[in-house]
Amino acid sequence: MLFTSYRFLEFLLVLFLLYYILPARWQWKVLLVAGFVFYFCANPIYCVYIAVTIFTTWYAGCKIEALREKSTVYLQEHKESLSKEERKSYKAAVKHKTWIWTLSCLLFNLGILAVVKYTNFAISNINSVMKAFGSVGELGFVDIIVPLGISFYTFQAVGYIIDVYRGTVEAEKNIFRFALFVSFFPQLVQGPISRFGDLKKTLFEEHPFDKKTICFGLQRILWGYFKKLVIADRILTGVNALIHNTDTYTGAYVFVGMLFYALELYADFTGGIDITIGIAQTMGIEVTENFRRPYFSKNIKEYWNRWHITMGSWFTDYIFYPISVCKPMLKLSKFSRNHFGEFIGKRVPVYLSSFVVWFATGIWHGASWNFIAWGLGNWLVIMASQELEPLYKKFHNRFHVEGKFGFRLFQVVRTVLLMSCLRLFDCYRDVPLTFRMFGSMFTAGNWNILWNGSLLNIGLTVTDYCILLCGLVLLIAVSLLQRSGSVREKIAGLPFWGRFLLWYGLFLTVLLMGAYGIGYDSSQFIYNQF
Amino acid sequence: MEELLEILQELHPEVNFEEEEHLIDDKILDSFDIVSIISEIADQFDVTISAEHILPENFNSAKALYALIQQLEDED
Repeated sequence: MLFTSYRFLEFLLVLFLLYYILPARWQWKVLLVAGFVFYFCANPIYCVYIAVTIFTTWYAGCKIEALREKSTVYLQEHKESLSKEERKSYKAAVKHKTWIWTLSCLLFNLGILAVVKYTNFAISNINSVMKAFGSVGELGFVDIIVPLGISFYTFQAVGYIIDVYRGTVEAEKNIFRFALFVSFFPQLVQGPISRFGDLKKTLFEEHPFDKKTICFGLQRILWGYFKKLVIADRILTGVNALIHNTDTYTGAYVFVGMLFYALELYADFTGGIDITIGIAQTMGIEVTENFRRPYFSKNIKEYWNRWHITMGSWFTDYIFYPISVCKPMLKLSKFSRNHFGEFIGKRVPVYLSSFVVWFATGIWHGASWNFIAWGLGNWLVIMASQELEPLYKKFHNRFHVEGKFGFRLFQVVRTVLLMSCLRLFDCYRDVPLTFRMFGSMFTAGNWNILWNGSLLNIGLTVTDYCILLCGLVLLIAVSLLQRSGSVREKIAGLPFWGRFLLWYGLFLTVLLMGAYGIGYDSSQFIYNQF
Repeated sequence: MEELLEILQELHPEVNFEEEEHLIDDKILDSFDIVSIISEIADQFDVTISAEHILPENFNSAKALYALIQQLEDED
């Protein structure tokens, strides 16, 4: 059931009516049932996978909480009789037990994720190694069902259990409430990756019918459909033609393809998140924002703080920090300082931990060396810009360019181009081909295709280009307006005819120019496959 | 406190760490800075700040960070 299908819209309508007609205390239960119906419609077997993750994580969370509560009571009761050392050793023993529960839960659930997503990748690598050593035999690939959005809901569950272990959230005692947190259907397929502490604030509350909130939610959904159906799915034809015909489309075509893909990915992913957040908002639920105008970033580090924010913060909190500040890493840092000097010693924790994070980010996006190369490419650029920062500062001070519009524009364009180049790994079928296609931009010498009409032979007509150009201008205008506050609030302040013209105009645009309908197979959201 | 201020000042000489109270909220310190600070603190104070202590409220100001160091020293 795609977000862009008629069936999904019917599903939403029925859910919306039930949500507000039934007593408010049933609202979260309605959402729980809806989540499982949504998942069941995709494939009944998916429900088994998610139910296993829900039960194991919930059970481990309860066990950790019970151990902690018991220890608090014990320490309170034996306040006088225990020495400081005894208290310390008792606390350490309890901590160890909670860690065992946490670790078991992590290994089990990440194990499921690893098996379903990476078994065939591992087999393909083993086969390559065997072939390199002259073996003629090959291991057969296995047919494993990959549940929709497994990376997203597993990460939510993993985040929850670590938060419970750290004591930053209290374990949820009610398994059904916890099940709703994991299976909340709007964000099940492509995020955002919510934290229990954040989402629970509004997920389980009773929400009265509030006209303004519902209108804002619907407007956000409409904006999401505009991005997805009018922009992303339209440019998709051109992107597919350019990246799948690698013999024909080299040189300047690669450059055009990477820019088109940048636009497609942005419109597709942010559009999907707009629909997600909008659906939640119509039900009074606040979901964490996942984007903050990422293409306006001055450098890649900033870009990653503004693109897929919840994934970035997940990796920072649950992988980067635990690795970079763990005792062995601090020892390694000290060792490096003593043996290789202050310069190296200081960098060891950050470099190594970031390497692990970017390797994991890469493989999370897809089980292929392309994604790993993409992740490590990001790591390399971020580390290089970190090292070059003092040089940049000198340059900024010397030429007084900081804050100047022209220089700011240069930084933004540089970031977009850099990110687009790295995403070429995402476009082509293997790493060597990606390098070849990248190299062809500098050797093919066919830049005349930009103006000689060749770009009309890639499945896009003049009308398509006009619509895409208008869409791009609108995206940029909205992003610029967002800098001074909510655009929907601004529109709400307009007189009736202004509001009507804008929203009805957008609705008609989606209706008339959107790529949907019978016989038009609206494509899957790109992030659904993760 | 002096030692801690020296560590912070070396990292960001342009920031007034005695006054600043939104080091994380205002994105003055990023994740790389935090790791460097923790590594320096482990060296000079002999206390280990683990990942679970990396919360905005502990790193938003030099005072809060110093309070965390003292708390961890007491626990040791």
